[in-house]
Amino acid sequence: MSSDLRDLYQETILDHGKRPRNFCELAAANRKAEGYNPLCGDRETVFLELEGDLVRDISFQGAGCAISTASASMMTESLKGKSRPEAEALFQRFHDLITGGSSAPADAPPLGKLEVFSGVREYPVRIKCATLPWHTMRSALNGAGQTVSTESGAEASPKDEPSAGPVPPVAC
Amino acid sequence: MSSAETLAPPAGAAASRRTAAARSPYDVEAVRRDFPILSRRVHGKPLVYLDNAATTQKPVPVLDAERDVYERIYANIHRGVHLLSVESTDAYDAVRGKVRALVNAPDAREIIFLRGTTEAVNLVAQTYGRRNVGPGDEVLITALEHHSNIVPWQMLCEEKGATLRVAPINQKGEVPLDTFRALVTDRTKIAAVAHVSNALGTVNPIREMADITHARGIPLLVDGAQAVPRLPVDVQELGCDFYAFSGHKVYGPSGTGVLWGRAALLEAMPPWQGGGDMISSVTFEKTTWNVLPYKFEAGTPNIAGVIALGAAIDYVTSLGLDRIEAHEDDLLAYATECVQSIPDVRLIGTAAKKAAVLSFTIEGVHPHDIGTVLDREGIAVRTGHHCAQPVMDFFRVPATARASFGLYNTRQEVDVLAGGIRQVIRMFR
Ligand SMILES: Cc1ncc(COP(=O)(O)O)c(C=O)c1O
Repeated sequence: MSSDLRDLYQETILDHGKRPRNFCELAAANRKAEGYNPLCGDRETVFLELEGDLVRDISFQGAGCAISTASASMMTESLKGKSRPEAEALFQRFHDLITGGSSAPADAPPLGKLEVFSGVREYPVRIKCATLPWHTMRSALNGAGQTVSTESGAEASPKDEPSAGPVPPVAC
Repeated sequence: MSSAETLAPPAGAAASRRTAAARSPYDVEAVRRDFPILSRRVHGKPLVYLDNAATTQKPVPVLDAERDVYERIYANIHRGVHLLSVESTDAYDAVRGKVRALVNAPDAREIIFLRGTTEAVNLVAQTYGRRNVGPGDEVLITALEHHSNIVPWQMLCEEKGATLRVAPINQKGEVPLDTFRALVTDRTKIAAVAHVSNALGTVNPIREMADITHARGIPLLVDGAQAVPRLPVDVQELGCDFYAFSGHKVYGPSGTGVLWGRAALLEAMPPWQGGGDMISSVTFEKTTWNVLPYKFEAGTPNIAGVIALGAAIDYVTSLGLDRIEAHEDDLLAYATECVQSIPDVRLIGTAAKKAAVLSFTIEGVHPHDIGTVLDREGIAVRTGHHCAQPVMDFFRVPATARASFGLYNTRQEVDVLAGGIRQVIRMFR
């Protein structure tokens, strides 16, 4: 593999892409939201167990590319036990990382392992893959609960969309 | 330019066009030199352009033709007495003769220049469709259509309280004729099918489908976007009533396209867009429509684009669509063999009759990742739903990767693709 591809597909990303963590339907979830990228057919559901302002548990299900699956998987790992403002700040920091922006508050939690996504910045068409799970998580967190589409303005009524493929729901 | 009309094949030429497939192949390396973009590099690798179903690259004669218009004769058409306008008008209208010959239409008046296939389908839906489809009526399409041959009909059906019927495909991606026939009923008012599927490569049996719809007096529209660039098309032999295609997929400029329709149908249809050129006289009380084809060509068209489309038609006809078809058939057969021999690759679309499209998935690897890795090898393929989400649904995949061949692709490029796929598998498995 060429070295720049390695920057995108880091070992950790390949690992989480193949063996996603928290990849199940959370029985205790009291929030969920669906994310959909109509351009590539990626579809992910994020489940949250929210206790007051605390993310007690978080999981996801769906079918997506290696980048979006790994992003969702590592997002669930890093958000478990975080407060709502911390989750929001971490989202900003992650967003800054892959878009080269600087909008995160100074006291945002450190990215830690999420730094492996820095290579995505060099692949503009893949940025949405990495951010889809995060946008979906925010929608669940804010209780909006409707399908989040990467194409703003695109109506994403579930009945019109393709099934995401044969991914049977697995309980956590 | 006026020599276009003399290209008209004599009656019965369709059969001889096909038997000519035994002619010797063309020199693909020489052909490649006509396409400047093919020598560029992508991420440091030679470009392997395998996204020809999305759009095709342009040969020098097409580039020259467009430039020549602007450098030498450009003016608005159909409205000036000055020489430039006359020359531009002549050059523009001469392309109708070339298109007529390309698809063997009976009459150049039946050739309408539009923006592309999408606009052509919308035109028919909004004119023939709105006039003839009513509440409780049906429009028939197939399960392998591009969105541009689905949505215009959906919009029409919604407006009119009509129903969209969809002839199913089988696991190979073919439309079985018996189910197609069973869906043509007394309520069907028009049928619309792709000649060649952009997502699967399936070549539909248009002649048989036309016979079926005509048995009930129903017209058949054919979406020829993928067919015109890669096989000899003869609308009279196909027996269809409307035929649409895009200039940019046949090595011509984007923003050009064609609708052919039978003169009797076109004459009975109301105009679509109103404006200049489509009228013969206008007062505030009443406007009378212009004659065919101008009735359907409102406003200033893509003048230089259409003239350059003429150059593209000259280019493919001088190579010979029979030879292009043979060349692409060879590439498709070779690519199918190479790719099928790689474990974990699944071909989507295995119709007995296919053209130039190889859609595939790799077990456990998302097409998006396939696309990114191949891109770094210089290989341009399309990944996604190919504007055919119902097809993806049917095969229960969110997307596929698709390699599609053009007249300039080579077996070596297929080898590069196969190597790229092996690399994807090594990386993700
Ligand atoms: C089968 C088919 N029909 C219609 C279209 C639409 O063509 P255009 O976008 O040029 O209008 C395409 C192109 O993507 C196609 O492949």
